[in-house]
Amino acid sequence: MKPGLLARNPSVLWFLAVLAVFALLVTVLSQVGLGLISTSFIKVLGKTLCLMLVAVAMDVVWGYCGILSLGHMAFFGIGGYAIGQWLMYARTEIIVAGSLAAAPIPPTPQEIAEGIGTQIFGVVGSSDFPMVWSFAHSLPLQLLMVVLVPGLLALVFGWLAFRSRVTGVYLSILTQAMTLALSLWLFQNDSGLRGNNGLSGLQNLPGLDHVSQDLIAIVFLWAAALALALGYVLFAWVTSGKMGSVIRAIRDDEARVRFLGYGVEGYKLFVFTLTAVIAALAGALYYPQAGIINPAELAPIASIYLAVWVAIGGRGRLYGAAIWAAFVSLLSSWFTGGGAPPINLGVYTILWTDWWLVLLGLTFVAVTLFFPKGIGGLFDLIPPRHLVPDRVGDFGPGTGARRREEGAEE
Amino acid sequence: MSTLLEVSGVSVSFDGFRAINNLSLSIADRELRAVIGPNGAGKTTFMDIITGKTRADSGTVTWGERSISLLGLRESAIAQQGIGRKFQRPTVFEAQSVAENLHLALKNPRGPFAVLRGRRSNDDTARVAAIADEIGLSDQLPRRAGELSHGQKQWLEIGMLLAQEPRLLLVDEPAAGMTPQEREHTTDLLKRAAETRAVVVVEHDMEFVRRLNCKVTVLHEGRVLAEGSLDHVTANQEVIDVYLGR
Repeated sequence: MKPGLLARNPSVLWFLAVLAVFALLVTVLSQVGLGLISTSFIKVLGKTLCLMLVAVAMDVVWGYCGILSLGHMAFFGIGGYAIGQWLMYARTEIIVAGSLAAAPIPPTPQEIAEGIGTQIFGVVGSSDFPMVWSFAHSLPLQLLMVVLVPGLLALVFGWLAFRSRVTGVYLSILTQAMTLALSLWLFQNDSGLRGNNGLSGLQNLPGLDHVSQDLIAIVFLWAAALALALGYVLFAWVTSGKMGSVIRAIRDDEARVRFLGYGVEGYKLFVFTLTAVIAALAGALYYPQAGIINPAELAPIASIYLAVWVAIGGRGRLYGAAIWAAFVSLLSSWFTGGGAPPINLGVYTILWTDWWLVLLGLTFVAVTLFFPKGIGGLFDLIPPRHLVPDRVGDFGPGTGARRREEGAEE
Repeated sequence: MSTLLEVSGVSVSFDGFRAINNLSLSIADRELRAVIGPNGAGKTTFMDIITGKTRADSGTVTWGERSISLLGLRESAIAQQGIGRKFQRPTVFEAQSVAENLHLALKNPRGPFAVLRGRRSNDDTARVAAIADEIGLSDQLPRRAGELSHGQKQWLEIGMLLAQEPRLLLVDEPAAGMTPQEREHTTDLLKRAAETRAVVVVEHDMEFVRRLNCKVTVLHEGRVLAEGSLDHVTANQEVIDVYLGR
C-alpha cells in the first residue's frame, strides 16, 4: 500500500496547521478592537509570509536540486513590478478620470490616457507609455505577466546556462550577473518603469478607497497564507516521490543520473522555472503590502540574503527555510524599526539599525561553522537519525570553488 | 549472432596524447566479452566514447539493428538507447535508500513531466523486489545505500544496471576490492546477465577473467592487440611482451 503525500511528509500537516492557527490568531487579535496588533504590523506579518514562500522556493532549487541561484529575488521583484504596473495604472486612471470629469467638455479616452501617462511618467520627464506598459490597463493580462515574464526569463536563461553545463559557483555567478543586469536596467529612466523611483502607492487598491487599510491588510495576510500553504504543498509534492529522488540524485551526482538516461538539463530547467514562477507570485503578493517597489529591491544583495536565510534555516528541508525566513524578517523589522534599544558603550553607541546586518552576518558564519545543517537540523535530534547524511558531500561551496589537486581526475 | 555494437577506426587524443588509436571492435548480441590491458591502454576511454562522455576525434560507433550512430548523442540519449554503464568506483546515490536507487534506475519514461505524474505501480515494486533478490539485497531495501558495504554497493550498482534493462552492459572493474566470495557472486551475476544481453567487462584481474570464461580482447596503447579465448591471447607473444611478461 502506498502512503499518501501527507502521510509520508508529516511536516506538511504540521506546517499547514501552524499556518492556519497563526492566520486565525492574527485575524482575531486585530478585529476584536483591542488594538493589540497595528495595521502596519499585520502588513509586516503578511509580507513575512510572502518571504517564507520565496524562501521555500529557494530551498527547492538550492537545497534539493543543488542550484545556488542568486536570482530568485529578481523573479520576486519582477512579480512585484508586474502587479504594480496594473495597480498604478488603474488607480491613476480613476483619479485622472475623476478630475477631468469636472471639465465642461467630457474627456476623450485619448485625453485620459495622456493624463495617466503624465501622472505616472512625469517624474522621469516623460508622458508616453513605453512598450512594457502595453497590458497595464487589464488586470487579467497583467496577472498573466506576473507568471509569464519571470517564467520565460527563467526558461531562456536556464536553458542557456544548463545546456552548456555550467554548474556550481560559475552558475551562481551567472545568475547574479543576470540579477545585476536586470536591476541596472530598471534603474535607467528609459527602461519605462520610472527608473530609481520605482512604482509607488501600491497599497492603495484601485476602487477600494472606501475600504479601510486594516481590512485590506487582513485580506492580504490570508491571501499570503493561502499562497504559502499551496506553495508548500506543491513543493512537498515535487520533492517527494520519484521526482524528489531524481532531483536529489542530480544534486549529489549529476553525471551518474545522466548515465541512467535522465536528461538532467530538463529537470534543472523544470525546477528553476517552477521556483521562479512561485517566487514571482510571492512578489506579486508582497509589494501591494509594502506599497513601493524600486530597482534596489532586485539588487543582487536581496538574492544573497535569501540564500543566507535558506542556509541558516537548513537546506533540503522546506520548513527550515520557511521558519528562518520568518524569523529573520520579523527580527529585521524589529531591529531596523527602532524596536531594539541602542546600547551605550560610553565611547560608542551601538545603533541596531546599523549593526543589525553585522549581527546577521555573524549568525551566518556561526551557523555555517557549527550547524552546517542549519537550524532545521535541530529537528533531526528528535527522531532516530540515519547513519548516512541526507546528502552526499558537505554543505560547503561546490567543488568548483576549490583548487583542483595536482593530477586529480575531474 | 547479429552485431549489436560496432566500433570502427575510432581515435581520440588528449593534448596530443593518443588515448585511442584507430580502435575497431564489435560486440554481438548476448555476448560476454572481457577487455583487458595494462594501465593506460585506453580501456576506460573506450567506455567513455561509447557512453558519450568523451567525443571521438574520428571513426564511427554504430548501434543496433538500425545502425544508429552513437557519436553526437547526449549521455542520457545513449543510456535510453539501452547502454548501461557501471563505473570503477561504486557510484550509487548514498543518501537514498536501496529501493529508491533501484526505482530510479527502473526502465520507465525518463522525462520530468512523466516522472512527476507517474506513480509507483505494483509492477514497479515487483520488479524492484525481483532485482533485489537477484543481487542478494532483498532485506536491505529500506536501508540507505551509504550504509552498505563496498561489495553490496557494487551489487546495487549492477542491480541498477539490470533495472535499466539495457541491451549492452559496460562494467568497469567490477571485482575491485572484493573478497573471494563476493567475486564469485559477481561472476555469477555477470554470467547470468549475459544470457539475456551483451556484457562487456573491463578487468585487470586475470583470475576473474578466467572464471568469466569468455572471449577476450586485449587493448594496448589504444588499439586492439589480440582477440580470442583467454588461452589464445595469453599465448600471443606480443601480449606476453607488453602485458603479461612484465
